[in-house]
Amino acid sequence: MRLLKQVEIQPGCVRTDGNRIDSLCGLSLSEIYRKVCNGYSKFFKMDGLCKTGFVAAELLLEGLTPEQKAEGSVILFGRAGSLATDRNYENTIRNPENYYPSPALFVYTLANIVTGEIAIRHKMQGESSMYVLPQYDREAETRTVQAAFDESDTTLIVSGWVDYENDDNYKAILNLYTKD
Amino acid sequence: MGSAMNIVARGTYMVTPLGEGSGSNYEALCQGRSELKPRPGAFGLPETFVGSLLPRDCWNEKLKDMPGRDALTLFEALCIYCISQAAGNADLSDSGTIFILSSTKGNVDLLESNPDDPRAYLDWSARKIAGHFDNGNTPVTVSNACVSGVCAQLMAARMIRSGQYRRAVVAGGDLLSRFIVSGFQSFKALSPEVCKPFDANRTGLNLGEAFGTIILEATDHVGESDWVYVASSNHNDANHISGPSRTGEGSYRVLRDLLKHVDATNLAFVNLHGTATNYNDEMESIAVDRAGLAQVPVNGLKGYFGHTLGAAGVIETIMSMQAVDHGAIIPTRGFTAQGTSRRLNVTDAPRATDKKAFIKLLSGFGGSNAGICYRKGGAE
Repeated sequence: MRLLKQVEIQPGCVRTDGNRIDSLCGLSLSEIYRKVCNGYSKFFKMDGLCKTGFVAAELLLEGLTPEQKAEGSVILFGRAGSLATDRNYENTIRNPENYYPSPALFVYTLANIVTGEIAIRHKMQGESSMYVLPQYDREAETRTVQAAFDESDTTLIVSGWVDYENDDNYKAILNLYTKD
Repeated sequence: MGSAMNIVARGTYMVTPLGEGSGSNYEALCQGRSELKPRPGAFGLPETFVGSLLPRDCWNEKLKDMPGRDALTLFEALCIYCISQAAGNADLSDSGTIFILSSTKGNVDLLESNPDDPRAYLDWSARKIAGHFDNGNTPVTVSNACVSGVCAQLMAARMIRSGQYRRAVVAGGDLLSRFIVSGFQSFKALSPEVCKPFDANRTGLNLGEAFGTIILEATDHVGESDWVYVASSNHNDANHISGPSRTGEGSYRVLRDLLKHVDATNLAFVNLHGTATNYNDEMESIAVDRAGLAQVPVNGLKGYFGHTLGAAGVIETIMSMQAVDHGAIIPTRGFTAQGTSRRLNVTDAPRATDKKAFIKLLSGFGGSNAGICYRKGGAE
């Protein structure tokens, strides 16, 4: 397999293949979205985890054709998963006097929704998975990606680490792999 | 895909409100039992729901002497209990063993009293569980919503096949909470009565609690009674995060992949997700029909256990193994009349089978779909 590209996003800094993208550094996730994508209104319904993964995937996959992406997979790792949204959702049900559970929020209380959001945006119908680990483990990522190439028909894989605690503490390191 | 090394299920165990142990749960299904009932006041929720709940007091009492219990949540203790029972005397501390946890929400109920409780992180529970068995490898948690239990087995098989580990402990579980039930209620996904998978009058899903373990191992020799992992597959619909594809695309692709490794004529049945929501069951009927499996017996187990989230893929696989062991197809509790646009061969009464393979299919939020195929005994 081959690593084609890497995108790294954290507060204040955006890098592709290790190079700082000055025009995007210092921008919020929504501001980066407006610069690199726009016109995908579903973005504004997403939670922080999904926005982090979505923006990184936009930068990672720009220029690829629908045909190249059709059999693509999204295999991500992270630690917090949906915990930031879990906390927000918990606030809507904690108090019986102020009880307003919302389906729009609840759907984001699953760690794998970010893989679905990326798969939907790019029409990737290969695998989608979210694995929780205590910290980023590049070796585990490589092995998992290699196994997916070996054992399925997927031709392209977006993999890496996506973690979101709050607007001051989030990180995506996404890597784009092809089978050969 | 094809390979000389075989992977077999060396031990299984499960705990549900119907009993403990794979055999006793299977017996309960044969008797048509279920613990799905209205739960007024449960979790302090304003609205009653129909669910299958583990008796907390009994389990807290039963597990009180577990070593280190004070430092474990009930969720973790139940995972550990199932693993211990499935493992028997096997030592799980060796470096060739990996722990894979399948859970959607783990200890999420702890957020109620402390939003910053570190035990709400899924990796906390996974490390507690692996640590209980003195296993030093970093455990993985698969959190792929409702398809987690099958994806965990897929991960396990790949880790063994690649030679990284020789044994994988797949532990699935979820406890219900105010958090989970209120969310499904807000989705209007819950049925006010016991669910009716694939039925014309189905009214939505029921939630349930369960824990299950499957231990997979590499082996050179397959015995006649061994359960052999055949293949697994995972596809995203790339359509919608909370609604299934109208064409059943992801589930269809999963079935298509699995049928490259098993001949449909050798399938005893396909155990479907069958949540009894309108959209899920309709989607699955389309996927099964498109895959050319409309004549193959299908069934769903949610009418016995409810939807057990991270445990579903594990316990429904175990029950499917038990059924084939007994030469039987478990009837779809709650089903009476065809209620999907594509006609399926839904098993509505106990039936005998002499076939030795089955497929377990799941789908869930995030557009995810996953399936796995097992076969009993040697090559077809």
